[in-house]
Amino acid sequence: MVENRRILGIISHIVLILGVIMVALPIWITFVASTHDAVRMTQAPIPMLPGTHFIENFKQTLFGAGLSGSEGAPVWRMLLNSLAMALMIAFGKIAISLLSAFAIVYFKFPFRMGFFWMIFITLMLPVEVRILPTFEVVANLGMLNSYWGLSIPLIASATATFMFRQVFLTIPDEMLESARIDGAGPLRFFWDILIPLSRTNIAALFVILFIYGWNQYLWPLLITTDTDMTTIVMSIKQMLEAAEQSPQWNIIMMTALLAMIPPVFVVVGMQRLFVQGLTETDK
Amino acid sequence: MLKRVHFPTSVLPYLLVAPQIIITLIFFIWPASQAVYQSFLIEDAFGLSTEFVWFENFQILFEDELYLESFWRTIVFSAAVAVLSMGSALILAAFADRVVRGATTYRTLMIWPYAVAPVLAGALWVFMFNPTLGIFPYILEFIGIDWNHYLNGTHAMLLVIFAAAWKQIAYNFLFYLAAMQSIPRSLIEAAAIDGAGPVRRFWDHIFPLISPTTFFLLVINAVYAFFDTFGIIHAVTQGGPANSTTILVYKVFNDGFVGLDLGGSAAQSVILMILVIAMTVVQFRYVERKVEY
Repeated sequence: MVENRRILGIISHIVLILGVIMVALPIWITFVASTHDAVRMTQAPIPMLPGTHFIENFKQTLFGAGLSGSEGAPVWRMLLNSLAMALMIAFGKIAISLLSAFAIVYFKFPFRMGFFWMIFITLMLPVEVRILPTFEVVANLGMLNSYWGLSIPLIASATATFMFRQVFLTIPDEMLESARIDGAGPLRFFWDILIPLSRTNIAALFVILFIYGWNQYLWPLLITTDTDMTTIVMSIKQMLEAAEQSPQWNIIMMTALLAMIPPVFVVVGMQRLFVQGLTETDK
Repeated sequence: MLKRVHFPTSVLPYLLVAPQIIITLIFFIWPASQAVYQSFLIEDAFGLSTEFVWFENFQILFEDELYLESFWRTIVFSAAVAVLSMGSALILAAFADRVVRGATTYRTLMIWPYAVAPVLAGALWVFMFNPTLGIFPYILEFIGIDWNHYLNGTHAMLLVIFAAAWKQIAYNFLFYLAAMQSIPRSLIEAAAIDGAGPVRRFWDHIFPLISPTTFFLLVINAVYAFFDTFGIIHAVTQGGPANSTTILVYKVFNDGFVGLDLGGSAAQSVILMILVIAMTVVQFRYVERKVEY
């Protein structure tokens, strides 16, 4: 603060509080909708204050049939699918990126630059622009309706490889020299020195990748036809469609709430790592 | 790029890069080249024979009114999302940078929409704007606006813009706040001593100094609006009414998976790839330039 102007300070807080309200309003409405019964949620205007049916809706959504009349998988199953997909994508990306960054930074071998560019290209091709042919490949490999099909095509990532490359380049050469003098081989060096040194970067990246994986929509939508493989994020759309016939907004909004709690929890709970991960992977 | 000291050449580095290279080849390079190849083919109505037609698919696209409209619409949509979300993030970050106490609390309260999936963001907004139930149509009725995004294309477009911009505010806010907090205090103090008020200081000092961040965010927001908003469109409007919210990435999906026009969809994919590559190149070339204090 450069000068002390009381009024400006007050205005700042007012603007920020308005901003927070603007950002939080959709979530508040979601939460309120999940605490009323189905009948109340069909009367306009919808309530703005929480009701008393939260536990009831929670139970019906998570363990019951969910939306009555739908033939989808139970919500707990979808949450599990989402969790499996998000974890596989996050761990898979971190593992293969660590390995390839290690190879590219610490070894000199023919085609090193060729491999580097091949990885770089993936940075430029989000799944949305090549959906049809990628879908064909996955179908031909028989990976439709499986966790492998959900996660592996999304695992190759240039951003993570670049980030680890950056981290490895900041590790002093003396580390490697002394490790080699002490007789450590490449894998020993990787496991005992590189991994511990890049621990915080791995954690930061994990936060970002978990959210990325959890929030995938188009890809799971295409490759899962079996309702047992539905992810929670996908199910919202199906429920919205069902809502056009029989609106059960309390259940839909409860599902939406359940779908956003895990990633929001990760972001808020690991805020410092999240901010670090975001600024490092994107810049 | 490479360490001065490194391990001797062996088979090991190949094994280390193998997982990533294999996945890249199977799920990136091969499909992308397939898309390029298919974009040169036209399949007959029964899928019995295909013909190599060079650039005819592209020619058809650029003569197609619907495609050109979709192109234009995507640009308007992206610009609106970028301006709306970056503008509100900039204002909020400027005030958050001022407050002595509570900046971190505000940050915590502001960042979490980043974690909300686009399709969920769409669901929340479609609920708030539901013509019969939603809270906003209820309020809008008092000022004489009959909101119905199922029938009115402009309303539908506004709704997807709101949902997309809302989700992106968190991200922009975070980067703007970090950029502002990295400006040396002495610089701002010097300006204050010379008699510049808060508004003047913002426009003449802070805003120019964070221009690299603005540029970086512009590219990121464009990429976001072009590709990541598929879920929002799919949940809120499904491209309708009457194609009024069909942006390019939605059209690729729709023509490919619903319309089964393989050649046309592939040609659209190729155009999108070129756009992404151009954006990535721009980002790498210009974003790295830092402002000297």
